[in-house]
Amino acid sequence: MRDVTLGQYFPCDSVLHRLDPRLKIVSLIAFIALTFCTFNYASLGIVCAMVIAAVLLSRVPFKMYLKSLKVIIIIVVITSLLNLFYGQGEPIFEWWIFKVTWAGIHNAVFVCVRIVCLILFSSVLTFTTSPNDLTDALERLMKPLTIFHIKVHEIAMMMTIALRFVPTLLEETDKIMAAQKARGADMESGSLISRVKALIPVLVPLFVSSFRRAYELAVAMECRCYQGGKGRTRMKQLKLMKRDYISMAVSLLAIAGVVLCNIFLLSVR
Amino acid sequence: MSLLSARGLTYIYSQGMPTQHVAVDHLDFDIEQGEFVGIIGHTGSGKSTLVQMLNGLLKPTAGTIELDGVNIWSKPKEIRAIRFRVGLVFQYPEYQLFEETVAKDIAFGPTNMGLDAQQIENRVYDAAKFVDLKQELLEKSPFDLSGGEKRRAAIAGVIAMDPDILILDEPCAGLDPVGRDILLSQIYNYHKERGNTVILVSHSMEDVATVCDRVMVMNHAKLEMFDSAQNVFSRRDELSAMGLRVPQITSIVDSLIEAGFPLSKGVLTVDRAVMEITEFLKKEGRL
Repeated sequence: MRDVTLGQYFPCDSVLHRLDPRLKIVSLIAFIALTFCTFNYASLGIVCAMVIAAVLLSRVPFKMYLKSLKVIIIIVVITSLLNLFYGQGEPIFEWWIFKVTWAGIHNAVFVCVRIVCLILFSSVLTFTTSPNDLTDALERLMKPLTIFHIKVHEIAMMMTIALRFVPTLLEETDKIMAAQKARGADMESGSLISRVKALIPVLVPLFVSSFRRAYELAVAMECRCYQGGKGRTRMKQLKLMKRDYISMAVSLLAIAGVVLCNIFLLSVR
Repeated sequence: MSLLSARGLTYIYSQGMPTQHVAVDHLDFDIEQGEFVGIIGHTGSGKSTLVQMLNGLLKPTAGTIELDGVNIWSKPKEIRAIRFRVGLVFQYPEYQLFEETVAKDIAFGPTNMGLDAQQIENRVYDAAKFVDLKQELLEKSPFDLSGGEKRRAAIAGVIAMDPDILILDEPCAGLDPVGRDILLSQIYNYHKERGNTVILVSHSMEDVATVCDRVMVMNHAKLEMFDSAQNVFSRRDELSAMGLRVPQITSIVDSLIEAGFPLSKGVLTVDRAVMEITEFLKKEGRL
């Protein structure tokens, strides 16, 4: 149950952990876009270098990244294979209905590397940024939307609460599962239908306790006179530091590098 | 041969991670058939981890647990059979109720054991009787019960499996004083009538002193003492060094002894203290 690493904060002390979360979110979006704007191996190389640099700088054990990659390995393999066999052009290898072309190989490599980069970039963000910092930054970034009467603070608060309760609910699920297993519940074997049925003794208590928690939280918030975002000040003020400007400069350089490679070098497809 | 014996029992949480944490550290002990054993220790001393290993919910990182001389992990596929023989009631067990009626919820364990309808019905009836749940409550939804009734229904759900060993993790937590006393005496009567082994994890020294034959003291993942309740609670200074205390009545009698009254040491219950003191007063001719 605890092995869900996608979107899990890994606390340790690194430059990336200390960067401004707003900058990290913006950079993530930029890099993801950039990953899909690579048209030749030089630009792909720049993106890969950025990923490797980020992974190394985060000082999060490589094992953690492998774990989050494991989740999507099937998608990577399937899409790569599909691309490999559906390339246009002169076949260099043919067998039955499969034919492999240079375009197909390029496509497969690009798709594979892009997905892996995508996951690694997002993992760097979630490993190095605590959920609270994330929502805080999101709230700040979405602030302009208030002019469209979107309740940014409320949305951010809901996200904070949801994220805050993920580990709690996981723990609760563990506990309830243990309690039902102690009464002989069998959740590991049997057909699909019997396994789904075996979840009922876990899900019912989980729902009941979620509602109880929600109610208790609402009462606790009202007791402290919470009334939403108007006039609230912050305990942690975000301010861009020297390291933020440096990383911004590096990111801009990488973006420029990719754009230049795309313009001046031949596209492989 | 002991009913339950542990050798070198160890459990380490998230081994190899920065958050690695030894919860149970090389425990050796034997528990005999028909004993009532108490486990005390402050929060985080490893009590809950220990009891979850005893019924095979957690697999020891190292060491063995033998039930009737057989290692419970010798056939990992049949670990469910161990869970039926070593019944574990978790902390706040009322949060695990899920069925439409109380009776069905109590029947969950026996049903998983594969018993037939008649046997299940008998088990539910007997278990409900032990915890004093009225017949009409059995047909209600468990969510309509009061807190104390829910707690008792959940305990009945484990008793209904008729385990050789019943383990209760803080069964009285969050109950009012009367509810505590009633529940504790029900557990004690169950132990006396069935002659089953019961293990009680508790923060209340009074509860442990009243019902337990032997007491295990856990401190920082280690087993510090495992002795008769009287012997354990006569080591007041060692216990307080571990953040534990002796029952209030024991410390009152101890103070009286220090003040020069010739009472016997190791008094664990109020009744016993009353007896001692009246005897003394009679001897002095003041009563």
